[in-house]
Amino acid sequence: MGGYFSDIFYGSKSLLIGMSITFREFFKPTVTVQYPYQTLKMSARFRGHIELIADEDGKPKCVACGMCQRACPSGCISLESVSVDIEVDGKVKKKKVLSKYDLDFTKCSLCGQCVENCNFGALEFSKEYNLASTRKEDFHFNLLKRLEERNA
Amino acid sequence: MSAPIQLRPDETFLLNVGPQHPATHGVLRVKMQMDGEYIVKAETVLGYVHRMHEKMGENRTYAQYLPNLSRLDYLGALGYTHGHVLAIERAAGIEVPERAEYIRAITVELNRVASHLFWFGAFVMDLGGFSPLMYAIQDREHILDMLEAVTGARLTYCYYRFGGLYNDVDDDFIEAAKRFIPRMRKSLKKYDALVSGNIIFQKRLEGIAPVSAEMCRKYGATGPVARGSGINFDVRKNEPYSVYPEFDFDVPVYHECDSLARYKVRMDEMEQSLRIIEQGLEKLPDGPIMVEKKPKTIKLPVGDYYQAVETARGSFGIRIVSDGDKNAYRLKLRSPTYSNMHLFDEACEGMLIMDALAFMGSLDLVIPEIDR
Amino acid sequence: MSLTLLNVIVAVVIAIAFAAANAAYLVWAERRGAARIQRRPGPNINGPFGLLQPPLDGIKLMTKQLMIPGGADKILFMVAPVLAMAPAIMSFVTIPFSEGIAAHNMELGVLVIFAFASMGAMAILFAGWGSRNKYSVMASVRAVSQNVSYEIPMLITAITVVMTTGSMDLKMISMAQSGGFWHWNIFPSLQSPLMPISFIIFFICSLAETNRAPFDLGEAESELVAGFHTEYGSMGFGLFFMGEYANIVIGASLTTILFLGGWDCPFGMFPGVWWFLLKIYLLIATFIWIRWTFPRTTIYGLLNLSWKILIPISLFNLLLTAGLLKVF
Repeated sequence: MGGYFSDIFYGSKSLLIGMSITFREFFKPTVTVQYPYQTLKMSARFRGHIELIADEDGKPKCVACGMCQRACPSGCISLESVSVDIEVDGKVKKKKVLSKYDLDFTKCSLCGQCVENCNFGALEFSKEYNLASTRKEDFHFNLLKRLEERNA
Repeated sequence: MSAPIQLRPDETFLLNVGPQHPATHGVLRVKMQMDGEYIVKAETVLGYVHRMHEKMGENRTYAQYLPNLSRLDYLGALGYTHGHVLAIERAAGIEVPERAEYIRAITVELNRVASHLFWFGAFVMDLGGFSPLMYAIQDREHILDMLEAVTGARLTYCYYRFGGLYNDVDDDFIEAAKRFIPRMRKSLKKYDALVSGNIIFQKRLEGIAPVSAEMCRKYGATGPVARGSGINFDVRKNEPYSVYPEFDFDVPVYHECDSLARYKVRMDEMEQSLRIIEQGLEKLPDGPIMVEKKPKTIKLPVGDYYQAVETARGSFGIRIVSDGDKNAYRLKLRSPTYSNMHLFDEACEGMLIMDALAFMGSLDLVIPEIDR
Repeated sequence: MSLTLLNVIVAVVIAIAFAAANAAYLVWAERRGAARIQRRPGPNINGPFGLLQPPLDGIKLMTKQLMIPGGADKILFMVAPVLAMAPAIMSFVTIPFSEGIAAHNMELGVLVIFAFASMGAMAILFAGWGSRNKYSVMASVRAVSQNVSYEIPMLITAITVVMTTGSMDLKMISMAQSGGFWHWNIFPSLQSPLMPISFIIFFICSLAETNRAPFDLGEAESELVAGFHTEYGSMGFGLFFMGEYANIVIGASLTTILFLGGWDCPFGMFPGVWWFLLKIYLLIATFIWIRWTFPRTTIYGLLNLSWKILIPISLFNLLLTAGLLKVF
C-alpha cells in the first residue's frame, strides 16, 4: 500500500520537474535564423562548388593538365584545351590554353580531390550555398565564363 | 458495403508499416501480422535505398572512394571514414603522424556525440515528446559549427586522407571545443531531468523488448544494443586501434536488456566521449598533420585486409581484397545496423505495436547504412 | 426574464462565434507557445506576430480538395467531423460566463455538458471505421477506450462538487463560490477535505477526454501516421481540429466553474467576465505547456492510471464527502 502512494508521489514530482524545465526554456531567446530574411556568413573553409582562380592578368592559373578530371570520383569535370603559338625569347612555342572548363554540379560530392590534386593551385571552393533552381541546366556551371564575369 | 479489414483465417490482418512512415527513420518496410494491436509476426523488407556502394568500391580508386563512406551513415560519418583510412594505411604501411591521430580521435568522438544527440531527439519524438528534439538539435548545432569551421562540411565530411588529414585545426577549434564540453555536460543534466527521470518515459521503456545476450550473439549485434544486454564488447577497448589506448574512459554496460538499458548506455556514452575529447585536447601534440612522402596513387599489395572500428551504432568493419591494382578487387562493408535490425523480427513477437516502434527507435536504425 | 426568440438567436450566435474564434486563435496560441518552449519563433510572417495565420490556414483548408477514400462508408465518413464539432459548440450555450451572461442557463447544466461530451467518442469511432484504413481503426479503438475510461472519474468528481453545492445548475455552483478565493471549491473545507485532489483528477481527466498529450493515443502522430483522422483532408480535418480546441475550452470552463469560482475575483472585489476568461486561458496555457513537455503514455499506462488510480481515489473522496456532509 505504501508503494502505491510513493509511486504516485515520485511520479508526480518527476512530472513537475520536467514542467519546470520547459518553463525555464520558454523565457530564453530564440536560436533560429529567419532565413531568407536573415542570412548566415559561411566559414572560411566552407565547401561550395569549385571556382577557377585567376592570376594577375586575369587569366586562369589552370594549365589544362587534366589531373582534376582524372581524380574526380564522379566524373563531373570536363575540360578542353587548345594549342596556341606564343612568343618566348624570340622562339615560337606551342602552349596549351584552357578553352572550356565545365562542372556538372549535379554529380559533385564536394570531396575535394580536385582541389587537392591540382599542382598549380588553380581551384578553390566558393562560398555559394544559396543554389536552388527548377532546372537541371542551372547546375551545369561554365567555370571559365564565371571567371570572366568575376573579372569584368 | 465492404469491410475495411480483410481478416485471415486465424483472425489476423496484415499491416504494412510501409516504406513511408514517420516512425521508421528512413525507407524501411515492415510487414506485420497483427492480432488487434499485438504483433503476431513481423518481417522486415530491406533494399529500398540500395545504392551499390560495394560495387562502387570496385570501380573507383581508394582515394576516389573517400566520399562514399560519409554517405553510408550520414549521422556518424567520420567513424566510417576512419575505418577505411586505417585499413588502407595498415595495408600500405603508411605511418601517420601523432597530431593527425589525435585530431582524428577528437573529431570522431565529437561526431559520436552529435550522432547520439540526434538519436536521442528522434527517439523521444517517436515516443511523443516533441521538445527534447529541438534541444538536442540545438546542442548538435554547436558541434556541426565547430566541424564546419575545420573541414568545410556539416554532414558528409571528406576530411581524412591516407597519411593524415586534409587541413589542420586552428586555435579557434580548440577553444570552441573546450567551451563546448561544460555546456554539453549541463545539457546532459537537463536531459536527465526532463526525459530520463520522467515517469511516463520510464514506464514506456521499462521491461519493453527484452533482448537477451544469446540473441545478440546469434544475430551478431554490437554497439549499444549489445552493451544494453550485458555483453561487454567495445572495439576501442577489445581490439584497440589508432590512439585510443592513450585515453582513459569507461565502457557503460547495463544488464537489464530492455529499451531503457539501451537508452542509458547511449546517454552514458556521450559522457565518456566528452571525457575522451577533454583528454585529447589536453594531450594534443604539435607536428605535421600529413605524412611527408605520400604516394600519388595508392596500390595495396595483394592480400585480404580487415579493420573494425567502433562507430555510434556498433562495430563497423571494412574488408578490402586487393589484387595489386589501384582499384580494390572487392570491398566489403560490414554494417552494424544490418545485424542489429534483424533482432527486431524475432524480438517483437507478441508486443504491442507502439512498443515495437519504441523498440525500433532504441535500436538506432539508419536505413541507408543497412542498405548501403 | 422571459425568453424571446430574438434573445435566443442572439445568444446562440454569440456562443457559436465565441467557440469558433477560440478554436481558431487557440491554434495560434498553441503554435506560438510550443515554438517558444522549443526556442524558435513560431508563426510570425503572416500579419504582426503571425495573427493572420489562422484565417489564412482556414482559407487554405477550405480550398483543398475533399477526398473520400474509395470503399469508405460515405455516410459515416462525412458525419464524423460534424459530430466532433457540433456537441462542443452546443455545450457553449449552457456555460455562464458571468452573472448576466449566459446563453441559456439550465438547471441540469452539469448533466447537459457531460451528455454532449460523450458524443465525442462516437465521432472518433465513426471516423476510424469509416476511413477504411487499418491505422485509423486501431487508433479509434484506442481513443474510444480512453474516452470511456476517463469519463468515469470526471463524473465522480463532478458529483462530489455537486453534492457540496447542492445543485447541478452551473450558475448556482459559481455563485456559491463567490466572495474571494477562500470560498472557492478547490480549497479543502470541512465537508470535503480532499478537494484539491479532486481538482487534479478533474484536470487530468479533461486532458484525456480531449485527446491531448500525454494522452493523445488517438492521434499518435509518430506511430500511426495521424490516427483516426488520417484520411481526412481539407475541411474534414479542419472540423476535427476546431472541435478539439472547442472541447479544450469547454473542459477549461467546466474546471473553472466547478473548482475555481467561475467569474469570481480572487479578492472578492470586481467579479466579472474578465476573471472567467483569465482563468480559462491560464488553464489552457497549462494544457499547452503539458503537451509539449511529456511523451505519450502506453495504452496500459493510460488505462491503469484511470482504473487503478483515479477511480479508487475519486470514489473514496465521494464516500468521504458524503459521510462528512451527513455529519456536518
